[in-house]
Amino acid sequence: MDKRIIKSEKEKWDKNTVGPFIQKTPERKNLKDSSNESIERLYSPLDHNEDDYITKSNFPGQYPYTRGVYPTMYRGRYWTMRQYAGFGTAEESNERYRYLLTQGQTGLSVAFDLPTQIGYDSDDPISEGEVGKVGVAIDSLDDMEILFKNIPLDKVSTSMTINSTAVILLAMYIAVAEKQGVSPDKITGTIQNDILKEYIARGTYIFPPKPSMRLITNIFEFCSKNCPRWNTISISGYHIREAGSSAIQEIAFTIADGIAYCKAAVNAGLDIDDFAGRLSFFFNSHNDLLEEVAKFRAARRMWAKIMKEEFKAKKSKSMKLRFHTQTAGSTLTAQQSDNNIIRVAIQTLAAVLGGTQSLHTNSRDEALALPSEDSVRIALRTQQIVAFESGVSNTIDPLAGSYYIESLTDRIEKGAFEYLEKIEKMGGVVAAIEAGFIQKEMQNSAYEYQMEIESNDKIIVGVNKFKIEEPPIKGLLKVDMSIQKKQCERLKKVKERRDNIKVDNILKKLEQEANGNINLMPTIIDAVKSYTTIGEISNILRKVFGEYKENIVL
Amino acid sequence: MDRKIRVLVAKPGLDGHDRGAKFIARALRNAGMEVIYTGIRQSPESIVETAIQEDVDVIGLSLLSGAHNILFPKVVTLLKEKNAGDIIVMGGGVIPVEDISYLKEKGIQAVFTPGTKIGEIVDFINEKVEKRNK
Repeated sequence: MDKRIIKSEKEKWDKNTVGPFIQKTPERKNLKDSSNESIERLYSPLDHNEDDYITKSNFPGQYPYTRGVYPTMYRGRYWTMRQYAGFGTAEESNERYRYLLTQGQTGLSVAFDLPTQIGYDSDDPISEGEVGKVGVAIDSLDDMEILFKNIPLDKVSTSMTINSTAVILLAMYIAVAEKQGVSPDKITGTIQNDILKEYIARGTYIFPPKPSMRLITNIFEFCSKNCPRWNTISISGYHIREAGSSAIQEIAFTIADGIAYCKAAVNAGLDIDDFAGRLSFFFNSHNDLLEEVAKFRAARRMWAKIMKEEFKAKKSKSMKLRFHTQTAGSTLTAQQSDNNIIRVAIQTLAAVLGGTQSLHTNSRDEALALPSEDSVRIALRTQQIVAFESGVSNTIDPLAGSYYIESLTDRIEKGAFEYLEKIEKMGGVVAAIEAGFIQKEMQNSAYEYQMEIESNDKIIVGVNKFKIEEPPIKGLLKVDMSIQKKQCERLKKVKERRDNIKVDNILKKLEQEANGNINLMPTIIDAVKSYTTIGEISNILRKVFGEYKENIVL
Repeated sequence: MDRKIRVLVAKPGLDGHDRGAKFIARALRNAGMEVIYTGIRQSPESIVETAIQEDVDVIGLSLLSGAHNILFPKVVTLLKEKNAGDIIVMGGGVIPVEDISYLKEKGIQAVFTPGTKIGEIVDFINEKVEKRNK
């Protein structure tokens, strides 16, 4: 239909129909999305040009992949249901993994405690109080062998949330697999390995950016030759969003990080098509269902364009943005915590309607503690209900063509590209982090969001409206306080049992290699096979690389 | 004119969740206080040292990893050892209700969990500092 007719009809509708109506019944004020953009009353063909269909959307599995990276999406296979879990000792976590697998979970996702993530052994004084708290404690290969006991690593894919020490944990995973008789080329899974967002938002960095980027590039190179089915990085917007960013900022800063990794690898002499197909992404799924769906679609389109136009990738696999999603932990409330089940269900729908490849659903009690087994089961059932009962996965990208979704997809893409341009002008994402620009942008969004809740401009059900008096929740999971002691005892035994001369020699070799520029992965694999600990390896690298100092921005 | 109330917002332990700490720091500053923020991964020793050096009235500890029962009381103990036991210590983060009474026994004067209005924290600080200075 002629757009001019639609335009004049819309003007008439505004004047004759809407005008008198809102005089009698006014609308709610300040309706806007997470990026502070106001939302129009109505979207129509005037906001979306269908003539661009092939260039901007196209069919699923075809460039620019806006409608999905695979031609059949969930009609063939559902997304991987992957619950992030781990706490206490390797034995306890192994038990939880095997429980989740019997309940129909289709992939593992390992949470490590903070000392493991930051390269300290459990007996390091700095680890006091933190051992086994937010994830499982791993000191040496001994723990890793227990963690995956009776879990066949040729059948299960494993995602590991590990960044600055990713090179060590991947080495351990390869070693455990080999002991099970599974060769490196057979293992499937992902390491997070995304150091840039650690500087921005998550905080488990060790080394400065340059040596960190070297380790990442070492992993890309090693895996492209030896572990072709392994996803070498999960470029993460999740934590950026959790730290308070808007949807636009989430994908802008994540894609900026992705560009930096590609540049580092290309500068190290790698061919883009040799590693880009193993890059994966990790996004957040928030409560604003429609905005989130548009965000996922925009991210796919942007990455495809960047890979094709900027990096001149040739393989279609290099251009496909495949992503894991987790529902938004920061939206969960301690108050009336059962309400969180509903929030997670909405966020699950957003992720699925947005075309995610895998999903973690948060548990209702996570604002209070690590989730109990009952809560984790409900979270997993939420995904299963959306998959098997809701019908939303029966056709591909069902919200496409909605005037609002399409115009929002365009707007998010535009906003994110504007950020990318700004970051490029600052000299790239590392420079932008060092200048505090990214942190400041994010913090401003977080501050505004919180102030809106303070002033009741934004309603959070159960927190600043619809409140009730309620007794403390029972049945929360508590991590055993004696775990640090247990873990230290095991570590001591490992150190007594292993060949300590061999360990010393490997550490010396590692120090030499770290001072040079060869790939550190093979020596680190040798080191973990000799039961050298995470702390020992990290301390050698600290000595050579130095440590990152946070630029505090308020 | 009275000296402005000085607050140290600190993150003990290893967790990097600083959204809450940074919000509190900024909100207290906007409420007219002098605020110093330590950044993440601070040892109890370095927090106490900074608090004494900066001559603060209040320390706000933020922790989301679950290590609060060990690290919060350690800050209070170290303050007492350094004759700085008059500095008011408060805490926040993911703290289960059953831990709050334990922390209060150990000298943490208030624990603010998610959903607390900033005004409540400001009132608490003003009241405590006024009482102490009397």
